[in-house]
Amino acid sequence: MNISLNEMMETIRMVQIENLDIRTVTMGINLKDCADPDIEKMKEKIYKKIVNYAGNLKEVAEETEREFGIPIINKRISVTPVAEILGNATRVQAVEIAKTLDEAAKATGVDFLGGFSALVHKGMTKSDETLIDAIPESLTVTERVCSSVSIGNTKAGINMDAVRKMGTIIKEAAEMTKDRNGIACAKLVVFCNPVEDNPFMAGAFHGSGEGDAVLNVGVSGPGVVLHALRRHPEADLGEVAEIIKKTAFKITRAGELIGRVVAERLGVPFGIMDLSLAPTNAVNDSVAEILEEIGVERVGTHGTIAALALMNDAVKKGGAMASSYVGGLSGAFIPVSEDNGMIRGVLEQSLSLEKLEAMTCVCSVGLDMIAVTGDVSPEALSAIIADEAAIGMVNKKTTAVRIIPVPGKKEGEMVEFGGLLGRAPVMGVNEYSSEKLIRRGGRIPAPIQALTN
Amino acid sequence: MDKKRAVVSVVGKDQIGIIANVTKVLSENKVNILDISQTILQDFFTMIMIVDVSHIKDLGYLQSQLNEVADRMHLKINIQLEEIFQAMHRI
Repeated sequence: MNISLNEMMETIRMVQIENLDIRTVTMGINLKDCADPDIEKMKEKIYKKIVNYAGNLKEVAEETEREFGIPIINKRISVTPVAEILGNATRVQAVEIAKTLDEAAKATGVDFLGGFSALVHKGMTKSDETLIDAIPESLTVTERVCSSVSIGNTKAGINMDAVRKMGTIIKEAAEMTKDRNGIACAKLVVFCNPVEDNPFMAGAFHGSGEGDAVLNVGVSGPGVVLHALRRHPEADLGEVAEIIKKTAFKITRAGELIGRVVAERLGVPFGIMDLSLAPTNAVNDSVAEILEEIGVERVGTHGTIAALALMNDAVKKGGAMASSYVGGLSGAFIPVSEDNGMIRGVLEQSLSLEKLEAMTCVCSVGLDMIAVTGDVSPEALSAIIADEAAIGMVNKKTTAVRIIPVPGKKEGEMVEFGGLLGRAPVMGVNEYSSEKLIRRGGRIPAPIQALTN
Repeated sequence: MDKKRAVVSVVGKDQIGIIANVTKVLSENKVNILDISQTILQDFFTMIMIVDVSHIKDLGYLQSQLNEVADRMHLKINIQLEEIFQAMHRI
């Protein structure tokens, strides 16, 4: 059927004026067959496998981008959680593997490689522990490697020993990169209920239920949704949901087509489409501004959660209609440093840490890219992680914490992380201690919601 | 061989010679124009052409030639495969 002029112009407007883009094509690569007791051999196998599969990723993505005229912003790789192949390696050897991953990422031209990860939601093996101990140094000496740790899920409960450990690890990572505002922490995510096919960084890893290689696509488009809403200032909330849903549908369809073409050209199966409204610091590419367009004066004020819930749900519905393989996190991201509207909300004291926590109950992830004062205690960080994990566990959803205790910075100061990671105002944390809770350790039992069989 | 169609979009300030310059590039590359229409989008001249690119191997090369016209005339010219429009607007 022929496409009308109006429809063609809508697509062109979305790309040229409203920042419609494919945020990322992420190739998942299984590394289980690279495990080897000889660390040098293992490094060689890992490097070869990644370069072999993803060597053409950047080139093919760029070619597809040119042909369809829709920008693909990032090309990325996710790998099997490295803890699963570490075996008896030492902490120093784990850091070596991180360096190998970094070299492979550079060789393939991708900007981030995720999967320096461990899944410890119920217990911790020796190799999990080795990997976690290696995280601070690994994220300091590498540039493109991202790390994630799963510390809880709805079926298993929350591993509070791991939560306690992660508070210390985050502090250590910040300290080791204190000359760069604690940037290592921006590459580290602590998860509850992580998904195995998430294409977005820093939390992407190639799950154990996946095949040898897969291509997952993340599309975005806060700008497109924002502009669509601006054209209907008088719409009631039912109509607002409808507008968001229709827009999400179109964005997803574009993403799926591009994803399938890239996957076919690379000779790997297409995995999933992750439709997440992921903001960037570009003008009008903000999730916060969508909420403000729906009707809150500043993000964070009363009504923010209702608006976010409506938006997140409409995005999912549009995406689900558009593609049979919607997966990943699919919803809305609310990182602070990567969203100009969120930054403004914090600066103008409309948005607080507590409100951000509450917002994570109704959107796709969690506390994301939040800078806090450098003197925050490891126990406070652990307790923040525990709160987020509890929200995820009880609500059967993914929650995550990516928090940066910026060394030497006080509440209200601005920190620059550079590039995609943006800039953030430093927030304070509650001054009362959570130390006793964290010191208790153990495991928070799985909630009654887990008993579904 | 399957027909491969692309959409050429031209957006910018109205001026003499837009169609002449764009179609010159297309005819030099032996690209047949199947449909052509123009309108005003947010105060800008907008022209959209459907073209047959079945025999074009490298769309990027065509785009780079169109970019030269675009730079010279202060326009935005894009060529994109038609499938993307089908995907977004048809179930």
